[in-house]
Amino acid sequence: MTVLEQAAAAVLPAGSVNCDIHHPNPTMRELMPFMDDVWRDLIAARGITQLDSIAYPGNAPLSCRPDWRDPAGGLSATPERLAAEALDRLGARLGILNNLCGVHMFYDSYMAVAVTRALNDWTRVEWLDRHDGLRASIVPPLQDIGAAVAEVDRCAADRRFVQVLLPSAAHQPYGHRVYWPLYRAAARHGLPIGIHAGSAYHHPVTSLGWPNTMIEDYAAQSQIMQTQLASLVSEGVFAEFPSLKVVLIESGVSWLPAFLWRFGKFWKGLRFETPWVDRSPTEIVRDHVRLTTQPFDLPDDPGVLPRLLDQIGSDEMLLFSSDYPHWQFDGDAVLPSGLDPALVRRIAVDNPLATYPRLMERHS
Amino acid sequence: MTIHAGSPTAEAAVSQKIIDCDIHPKLSSANDLMPFLSQRWQDHLKTYGLRYRMGYQDGNPYPKAAPASSRRDTWPAGGGLPGSDVGLLQSQLLDLYDMEFGIMNPLWPTGQGVLGDEFSAALCRATNLWQLDLYNAPEPRLKCSICVPYENGELARDEIRHYAGDRRFAQVLLLSRTAELLGQRRYWPIFEAAQEARLPVGIHVFGYSGQAISAAGWPSYYIEEMTEHAPSAQAMLASMVFEGLFERYPGTRIVLLEAGLAWMPALAWRLDRLWARMRDEVPHVKRPPSEYLRQHVWLATQPMEEPDNKRHLVDVLDWIGHDRVVFSSDYPHWDFDDPRHALPPHIGPELKRAILHDNAAALYGATG
Repeated sequence: MTVLEQAAAAVLPAGSVNCDIHHPNPTMRELMPFMDDVWRDLIAARGITQLDSIAYPGNAPLSCRPDWRDPAGGLSATPERLAAEALDRLGARLGILNNLCGVHMFYDSYMAVAVTRALNDWTRVEWLDRHDGLRASIVPPLQDIGAAVAEVDRCAADRRFVQVLLPSAAHQPYGHRVYWPLYRAAARHGLPIGIHAGSAYHHPVTSLGWPNTMIEDYAAQSQIMQTQLASLVSEGVFAEFPSLKVVLIESGVSWLPAFLWRFGKFWKGLRFETPWVDRSPTEIVRDHVRLTTQPFDLPDDPGVLPRLLDQIGSDEMLLFSSDYPHWQFDGDAVLPSGLDPALVRRIAVDNPLATYPRLMERHS
Repeated sequence: MTIHAGSPTAEAAVSQKIIDCDIHPKLSSANDLMPFLSQRWQDHLKTYGLRYRMGYQDGNPYPKAAPASSRRDTWPAGGGLPGSDVGLLQSQLLDLYDMEFGIMNPLWPTGQGVLGDEFSAALCRATNLWQLDLYNAPEPRLKCSICVPYENGELARDEIRHYAGDRRFAQVLLLSRTAELLGQRRYWPIFEAAQEARLPVGIHVFGYSGQAISAAGWPSYYIEEMTEHAPSAQAMLASMVFEGLFERYPGTRIVLLEAGLAWMPALAWRLDRLWARMRDEVPHVKRPPSEYLRQHVWLATQPMEEPDNKRHLVDVLDWIGHDRVVFSSDYPHWDFDDPRHALPPHIGPELKRAILHDNAAALYGATG
């Protein structure tokens, strides 16, 4: 470790958790060992080689920080290299892997179940087993909610799986009852539901159709999160599952106050429509929803962040993340500057442990 | 300065002139447009009715909060729907608040977004004639909006050019839920013609895009439809910035109606970050997105966000820019904002005057 790297290790307090790290999408060849013969044959015969979504084109600047690309400029990584950048360099004890493989884009639910199962097993064998500091999210096959529940039950037996991970958008808004069995399973296992930027692309990424640019697609991810929150609250998910936590991942933070003011104002006038929403959306969201800190959309003006934190009005909602390997920041500027050290401790240590109870368990 | 209710200063504040940027005149049905339609389109309307990119012949997929979505006290004693009686509109709005003028935004069934471009164009022309005859002629303080068949850029451009220079029209009106994102080329003729005519383009929420009303699919409730207008408007503005609309038509002035305003700063910060990272994708975008938004977009107040701590609203107004927020009442709808009470006193008398009057006077002045 060089002197520079030692200095960088002081970025976070001891015991910190990086709540959003990405291991590269597997190729189908890498998933083959985790599939039955029939799927191995079918996938080879049909020429399916990879499932990367258009959310992160491999060469796009956002998709990988230049110094985190492999020697060929690609996205491959090893557990050791990932841990060096996403844990050791920052001084984090643990990190949560969120795989963004595009299994949600399948329309064939049988194929989705087979490949998703392989994806979770691949994550366990090729990543969790190879570094003690890594934890991971369970990816469920949303195309078949019964199979999704079974997959959560199967994977949750390994307590290094700490979350159930959903794409920012699937087929219906997430408050709909079709998803409730999944929330019941997550609550039963003490797992939060993570919702991560990147759509299943079963709908256009905006309510006004397909945008022409990647910038718009990515910008839209914070808009989709507003939709999902309105749905989760309005449909009564948190009334039905009072212990459930939802983590909004890699979708910004700054939009939250304005969204809650608008939603909350309408709730005052329209609560007759959803009588099970028996307290203000702001209160519900503060109790049940968490957001990861990268990206954190702020202007250059350092006066804005304190005002924004005051508007958010809770020091329990933010969870530290670096979003490795996405290019959200340079050097070690992983947190917005100007955060009080006590708040950094809450964001990086206390809040993650409260959100993900399994992180307090020791595995050897 | 602190203003106490009942003090002379408060009276002065109340008696200042007001400009209302969102008033809804109301067609009782599409049949009201018959006198303004050719025989062909009269026959078409009678036989096939209005068909939108949604399933109901009449009514809303997300039923409203009140009959005709209106305040209970706005139904005319002599019959007709709220917003259909100019006399009542004068007594409940223009005269009561001593308004200098107001902008009419007819919403339905004006022909905007109706399937069939030529039918949509005929209905929009009829709606424009109807505004002139039934509202502006008896009450010139009611300024008209040019309704356009916005799904066809060329026909929309024709309609704008038809009324260019007619000072009874204050703006071009679009509904927000267009079939595709408004920055895209198919809609450019609208902005070309609006720039030529030096008219702002008012964009009022609602309409039927044909897309699910959220990017996550169809939500269940009216509260979600209402809330969702803000993210939808955010996507629309991102499209305008990144498609280069404001570079192409630098005279463009967008007025967002009923989409809220507090989200604008966070949107601008997000777009700036992404532009800095990936500006090679959009080389025609020359400046940070926040600069385009600051220069080209006005935000109407109703329904104004209501943080528990009113100081937070002041933060947001500071971040948006005090000259880009205009007052709107949304009369006669159920969520009407009273100009005497909608703006919290915390914002101070100068900003209050700017929002209630001066900003809209500067925006619409050339036509008002």
